Amino acid sequence: MYAALFYFIAGLTVIGALGVALSTNVVYSAMSLLAALVGASGLYVFLAADFVAVVQILVYVGGILILTLFAILLTHQIAEIQVSNRSVGRLPALGLVVLLGLAMGAAILRAPWHVEPLAAATPTTYGIGDSFLNQYLLPFELASVVLLTALVGAIVLSRKELRE
Amino acid sequence: MSIGLHHFLFVSLLVFLCGLFTVLTRRNAIGVLMGVELILNSANINYIAFSRYGGGGYDGQVFSVFVIMLAAAEAAIGLAIVLGIYRQFETIDVEATDTLRG
Repeated sequence: MYAALFYFIAGLTVIGALGVALSTNVVYSAMSLLAALVGASGLYVFLAADFVAVVQILVYVGGILILTLFAILLTHQIAEIQVSNRSVGRLPALGLVVLLGLAMGAAILRAPWHVEPLAAATPTTYGIGDSFLNQYLLPFELASVVLLTALVGAIVLSRKELRE
Repeated sequence: MSIGLHHFLFVSLLVFLCGLFTVLTRRNAIGVLMGVELILNSANINYIAFSRYGGGGYDGQVFSVFVIMLAAAEAAIGLAIVLGIYRQFETIDVEATDTLRG
């Protein structure tokens, strides 16, 4: 049962990712991205990372994907994009990806991973919050600054130019 | 065969390869951004898998939250730039924006 559920969620993730890569319509790509993101969130649940799973749903599905769909619909005439092969064609790209995949797959299989026995799955919110406010306090504050900068930058970039 | 570290690493590898293929073949700027999101997600799966199986405490999960945060910032800025390109060039084909080419 556990394994079947894992394979279902992993399949959802990988099929979603394949849909993003292979779909010729960018709206379908966005919908496949939804499947891939929800699947990744399910994988986080399998890995006992409940907080990150919920953040993934909130930020990616609730924020980034909606933003992407807005951008797609605001820039019309792109529904009929054609995946042309002028810059990097599909075949060379496929070759590169397969080569890289073989190399990385071999690395995954051969590397002597240091695996500890699994601890019991406990709620992670306390530990993550504790890390943010102790060990990772400076990056946490920097993240706030980065988000504020991104917010202001996005507004400045996307507003209509003020004409004199 | 029980589910172990390798399963998660291979799912992450497949997601990464799909993202790389998307970035390489798309000429639509929004499509390229979606490929980048896939690549960031595969990195996140790796972080959390190693955090779970390596006994590393919460470090991997904290890093993945940072990655999600930066992905959100990247998406906001990237899509704003895409909209700017669209207003300027009437297209979001990344090959069309070659004004600076000598």
